[in-house]
Amino acid sequence: MSGTSLQLRSRRLGGETSRILPQGRLSGPMPWVIAIMTALTVIAVAAGLTLSNLAGNAQDEIAGGVTVQVVEADPAERNRQAETALAILNNREDVAQVRRVPDAELAELIEPWLGDARVDDEAVPTPALIDARVRGAVTAERLDAIRAALASSAPAARVDAQASWLAPVFQAVSSLQYLALGLVLLLAATSAAAVWLSARSALGSNRETIEVVHHLGGTDSQIAGIFQRAIFWDAVAGGVAGLLLGLAAIILLGRQFAGLGAGLVAGGGLGVTDWAIIGAVPVLGVVLALVTSRVTVLSALMRIL
Amino acid sequence: MNAGETGIVQFDNVGLRYGSDGEVLSDVSFTLYPGRFYFLTGASGAGKTSLLRLLYLAQRPSRGGISMFGEDVITLPHRKLPQFRRRIGTVFQDFRLVPHLSAFDNVALPLRISGMGEEAVKKPVDDMLRWVGLDHRADARPETLSGGEQQRCAIARAVIARPEVLVADEPTGNVDPEMALKLLRLFESLNRLGTTVVVATHDVHLIRKVPESLIMRLDKGRLSDPTGALRYPPKSEAPRG
Repeated sequence: MSGTSLQLRSRRLGGETSRILPQGRLSGPMPWVIAIMTALTVIAVAAGLTLSNLAGNAQDEIAGGVTVQVVEADPAERNRQAETALAILNNREDVAQVRRVPDAELAELIEPWLGDARVDDEAVPTPALIDARVRGAVTAERLDAIRAALASSAPAARVDAQASWLAPVFQAVSSLQYLALGLVLLLAATSAAAVWLSARSALGSNRETIEVVHHLGGTDSQIAGIFQRAIFWDAVAGGVAGLLLGLAAIILLGRQFAGLGAGLVAGGGLGVTDWAIIGAVPVLGVVLALVTSRVTVLSALMRIL
Repeated sequence: MNAGETGIVQFDNVGLRYGSDGEVLSDVSFTLYPGRFYFLTGASGAGKTSLLRLLYLAQRPSRGGISMFGEDVITLPHRKLPQFRRRIGTVFQDFRLVPHLSAFDNVALPLRISGMGEEAVKKPVDDMLRWVGLDHRADARPETLSGGEQQRCAIARAVIARPEVLVADEPTGNVDPEMALKLLRLFESLNRLGTTVVVATHDVHLIRKVPESLIMRLDKGRLSDPTGALRYPPKSEAPRG
């Protein structure tokens, strides 16, 4: 057998030898840690996706939306100007849809603030509302053009883009999405740190056995493989438990939000792709655990002769 | 020993110190030739185990040069060490059996590490366990084996892969004289098949049982060469070769 011709075979250790490190002592609380991290990540991912859907649906809904309020104290004049504005908007080529919000619907909208006061109740004058949808984007120039068109015939009309009202809401939703993303990254980093600590601890407590495997010609890769297999089953068990826990929390929260019946919240429902992404969380968790344990063990073994 | 014969292991002015303490090995130079049987003797604390650790590549020296199988192992990259270690069988003084594996799996470990399939492992391991008288304890964990049984298991593990160099640290320290002789015969059998054997021992009787052996004696970390056969180039012809 010549030294240079000897090919180093680094087959993974199988059979009973794969249990060279005691599984119980290696894992300890690791499956539980991974389960908790996975559950929290699943919830954070679900929250992020819900917020994303909510913002997307709401933006689609109000895209191109323009609201015209006719703010006039005299009901007859208010009605005249509203009908005039409705006619002008109907005749514009850049307006795709236009409708006057019925008094009953208006009363329903303001009911939470004004109680059962009627819209035509002169004690509390309310503006007439026209909901229009323009073709293309609602730019400042387009709003100015609509205002100019209404200025002479309906001087009490105020024209606003619907998106501008909800801009602060979208900014808040966007911030929450970033928060969810940050949480996912933090949880991933924490999971990796937990695996790192566990692998380091297992390396320390099994140092003698690892040295023996080294002295018998075991490669770093073979030793790392032993740790990876042990961590793999911990990660799978923890990942499945965490996914189930997270799904239970999502379903529970989903039911509670569904009970609110609010338009915006209802728009955040999760689709098939979203569920697939959520289902991928424990898979990614297992991959993260395997990579972390391998890097940890290999870097530690490099320091052992 | 022929003057032109290539050494399988060569130490050149090797020194070893642990931390900031004094050297435990100083100016150690020798050459081991293939197929020879060496005894390493010396009082406790003379540095036998340290020298063996250098031989089975568990330690790098503080100074000097070591070459094995024709390559400088001091500058050998970490990733290449396993292929050299697989050519060296080691019997540790404290056995170092893996506590969570059975005697069978401990003995099978070098074969599995070298990539041998499960089906090919069984027969040689069974044979080896039978040879060292542990066939009836194949499924026993090390903690349930006696000191002598653990030692025989450790020896079986060291020789199962037919190493080119066998390094044994007090391999017969815990066995009865009959078993000690049997193990010695096992080493001799391996030696006849071409394995270079290095046995560290205090046991003079054991040394006498292998008359053709060469003796290295360590005294306070320095090596003396009573048979005169270790020097490089060799001073005299070896008894065999």
